Formats: sequence, structure tokens, C-alpha cells
Amino acid sequence: MAHKHEITSVEETFDFSPELKKKFLIGGVIGLVLIAIGAFLINAGIWGPEGFAGGAHEAAAHGAEAAGHGAEAAGHGEEHGSGATLLTRIIANIWMNSVYFLGISVIGVFFISYNYVAKAGWYTSFKRVPEAFPAFMIIPAAIILVLFLVPSTRHMIMHWTHDGIMDPASHHYDKIIASKEWWLNMPFYIVRLVVYFVVWYYLWTQIRKNSLLEDAHGDIEYYHKSRLYAKYFLVFFAVTSSTVAWDLSMAIDTHWFSTMFGWYHLASWHVAGLAAIMLVVLTLKSKGYLSGVNDSALQDLGKLMFGFSIFWTYVWFDQYLLIFYANLPEETIYFRERISGYGGRYFAPFMISLVLNFIFPLLVLMARGSKRNYTLLKLASWAILIGHWFDFYQMHMPGIAKDQGGIGLIEWGTTAVFVCGFAYVVLNQLSKANMYAKNHPFIEESLHHDI
Amino acid sequence: MAHKKYILGVFDDEEEVMHAVSDVRGQGVKIHEVYSPFPIHGLDQALGYPRARMGVPAFLFGITGTTLAFLLTFWTLGWDWPMNIGGKNFIPFPTNIPIVFELTVLLASYGMSFVFFGMEGLSPVAKPVIFDKRITDDKFVMAIELSKNSASEKEIADALKGSGASEVNIKEI
Repeated sequence: MAHKHEITSVEETFDFSPELKKKFLIGGVIGLVLIAIGAFLINAGIWGPEGFAGGAHEAAAHGAEAAGHGAEAAGHGEEHGSGATLLTRIIANIWMNSVYFLGISVIGVFFISYNYVAKAGWYTSFKRVPEAFPAFMIIPAAIILVLFLVPSTRHMIMHWTHDGIMDPASHHYDKIIASKEWWLNMPFYIVRLVVYFVVWYYLWTQIRKNSLLEDAHGDIEYYHKSRLYAKYFLVFFAVTSSTVAWDLSMAIDTHWFSTMFGWYHLASWHVAGLAAIMLVVLTLKSKGYLSGVNDSALQDLGKLMFGFSIFWTYVWFDQYLLIFYANLPEETIYFRERISGYGGRYFAPFMISLVLNFIFPLLVLMARGSKRNYTLLKLASWAILIGHWFDFYQMHMPGIAKDQGGIGLIEWGTTAVFVCGFAYVVLNQLSKANMYAKNHPFIEESLHHDI
Repeated sequence: MAHKKYILGVFDDEEEVMHAVSDVRGQGVKIHEVYSPFPIHGLDQALGYPRARMGVPAFLFGITGTTLAFLLTFWTLGWDWPMNIGGKNFIPFPTNIPIVFELTVLLASYGMSFVFFGMEGLSPVAKPVIFDKRITDDKFVMAIELSKNSASEKEIADALKGSGASEVNIKEI
């Protein structure tokens, strides 16, 4: 072979030092403090959405009016009103970050599964990184369930859970929402969520278990078993990736629906997960770990990031174009709320999401050389992660926080808590096993990967 | 057509041919081409081939497609016979995108294919040059064109033998 690869030892363990643990814990505490300060500043009327406390009532009325127009267009009674408060904004942030990080975690097992099923070898050198991601799944899943089970927060997030909204006798009755009762009803919804989380997590634990047994005993049988669970996961995820998108994100704007939404949501999760994998691998490499992950493997991962950024845009634009063409009020309300609704407060996130998720990766990741340049790869990964945060922000906020939404200390704080929590759990999981899947049948192929 | 004289080194193994490529090139011999039954990673770098600049025709054809598609939609829907579709502007930006996208991809991919065919001399009537039938089975052949090299026939044959060729043949085409 032309390139004589210096093969480093595949025996390597990640040392999750107490200092590093402390840093993430401090980061999480700083996040909580930021939320508290942000909430205080808004409450005191110093910095926050116009017209929340005292003073600018006119601005608030104006915002409500804009929202009212949209609501009317969707055949939505005026009586529901905005009703969003500061607490709604905080709850919306927690929900949004939970959904985002739930996605990044579950993409870890999704990534491994499709590579198993494709009998791919290239990713084996960094397989343990995506394999560690789903360990975090429990936390956002628990938060989502708690937020939904507590009646007051449930009412803030999910409009369709209000009492009497599906009861023809009630003055809250909403015919459109009532027609969706077969899908959006409490018992079925809760059962669905529990089933998604439990099955995803269970299949991940099985793949993980077999991967660790493979390390210990090195029998090919574990590879076949992992592959079997990967198939189960893909079949299950094929359906649930769409339904979870309807349940966690689309159901917030209860009147509205889009047949593209499941794909759009999955595309957003997937590319964010790929960027997170890339970022963790590059960070570990810069700390001296994973030297067996060569530039060809990184270029392939970079290609996936590039390709799925384009895929996200494709689905995003399809959804937009269909709604634009049909021009039906009950559909256009979704984009109206985001582009000009609530005093235009969601226009910036809407556009930032497009720039960071499409134009930036398109230009930065296109060339071959940039997919082998660690600085550019890191930059693109951060851009994609931040861009898809904005994507989820503009999916959830207009429906939950309404005229109280904004980008400020509360958003930064909540995100910091989730980032630190995610990093802590994933690195902790990573330190529990060898850094390389050392007895994986494709580990040699992966270490020699050359394109 | 004047015949060209080629000296062919036949190798049994891809490792050997890879070593031989750098060895023979190190002695200042220009290699015409190496033939192999399967792709060998790193062979292009060893042969010193420059990166294929397919991006250039792809961009040129693509941008042509983009321009044509914009002109087409603008001319047909907005200029020659303005059409009112759903009460929108005559040339709303989003409606152009699918056509612009499709024509860009179409012209870029066809353009790249035909540029590739042209550069590689591939056509339905082209006659392939097969230096040795065994390259379709288990042998690796390094072809060296005599007239392109200052070294004599014997020197080249010795260089091939010295770098591990199992046999050296002469072929005129």
C-alpha cells in the first residue's frame, strides 16, 4: 500500500478526570444561575420582551393583535388568547432543549444501526463515540414525560390538552382539534411517548451490551447479534422518528399539520447528531485520544454532515414550497407566525437557522480539503449544532412562548445546562469502555480506511 | 498510423507493483499507465497523477443550467405570456427553485459525463487497447512508452526486472 499507516494501539481508555467533571458541573450551575438572573431581569422589566412588566402595554397589545390575526385565519377562537408568561418561556426552553438533545442522543444509536445494517467498516474506529450518546437519552425523556404529566406545564406546551377543547358542549370546543382526538388523546399520547423512549433505550442497551461482550470475548456472534438489534431499531425508528416528531413538535401547533414534518424533524436531528459526533471525535483527537481515526474517516463523516445539511434544506424547502403554492390560510399560519407574527420576534431565528444550516455548511464543507481540515470541520460542526438549535427554537417557541419568546439569558442558561449535562453523561459513558471497539470484525479495515 | 513501442512489466501482486512504481519512477522513467484487475488505493498518488479537476466542468455546466432555468422561467411565465397563478407575483422566487435546481443538476451531471468520456477517449466506436489479456484476471501490468523516455529499451527492461517484474514483454500498437 502507498500509505504505511502507523497503527496505534487499540487499547485506550478515556480518563474522565475529576477536574473535568467539576468543570461540567460548574458549567451546569452557571447555566442555572443565568436562567435565574434572566428571569429576574425580565420580571423587573429591565431586559426582556417588550411589554412584559409595566410600561409598554401598547407594544404588548400590538403583539397580541398580530397573533390574533393569525389565530383568526386558522379558524382559531379568540377566546384562547396568548396567555403566555415568563414561566411559559422557561418551560418552552426546557421542552425545546429536551427534544433537541433527545434527538442528538438517539441519533447515536441510529448512526450505529444503519452502519451495522450496511455492513460498513469505515466508522468502526470512532464507533464508541456515537455508542455513548444514547446514555443521555434518559434525562430528556424523563423531563419530557414530567413536563407532560404535570397539568400546568402540559397546558402551556400542548394547546390540545386544555379541558373541554374536544367537548362539543364546552365553550372551549374546537372542532378542528376535536377531529384529531383519535391521535391526540391523553392515554394514547403517554403510552406512545413511553414506548418510544423505552424501546429506543432498550435496543441501545442491547447493542451496547453486545459491543462490550465483543471487546471481552471477541466472538463474531456478538457482531451478528448487534446487527440483529440494529435491524429492529431501524424498523422501529423508521416509523417512530415521524410519529415522535408529530407528538413532540408538530402537536404544539395543534391546528396545523404538514406531511413533510416527520422527515424534516428527523433530518434536523440527524445532521445535528452527526455534527455532535464529529465535534466529540475532534475534541478527543486534540486531547491525544483516538489517533487511529484517520483523515479518510473524518472526510467521510464530513461528507455525511454536508449531505444531510443539503437534505435538511431540501425537506425544509419542500415543506415551504408546498405551503407557499397552496396558499391555504390554515397552512400559511405556520410561516406567518415565524416570519411576521408576534411583532416579528421569530424572524431572526428563522433566518439564522437557514443560513447556519444550509448556506454555511454548503460553502464550508464542499471542498475535499476542508473535510480534512480540523479547524474548518470544527467550525462547521458548531455552526450546524447552533443552527439546528435555532431550527428547534423556531419550531417550538412560537407555539408555546408566543409573544413572550426571545433570545436572552434564559435561553443561554437552559442550553448551557443541557450541553454540560450531555457532555458529562456521554464522557462518563465513554470512560467506561475501551475507546476502540477492539474486537469488532471491521476495526482493521477502519484503521486502514483510505479514500 | 505510426506504431508506438511499449515495454510491459508484468507483476503478480499489487504490493509489488506499488513498490515498482515508485522504484521505476525514482530511476527517471516515465510510466505510461498501470493496469490492474481491481482499483489499488494510493496508486494515483504513487504515479504522481494530478487531482482530476472535474469540479471545473461541473461548475461551468451547472452555472449554465442555473442561468438557463432562470431565463426560461422568467421569459415564459413573466415576460412572454405573464401568467397569474394563485394571485402571486409573476416571478415569485420560490417557484423557480425546483426548475433551477433540476436544470443545474441535469446540465452539471451530463456535462461532467461527456467531458469525462471525451477526455478518456470513450465512445461506442473506440477500440480499447489491451496490453495483456491477463490484466482482466490476476496480473498487474506497467506500460512504458519507449519514445517518451530517453533511456534505452534494455535499460528500461532492466529497471522493470530489478523492481520485481515476473516478465517483461514488448508490444507495438
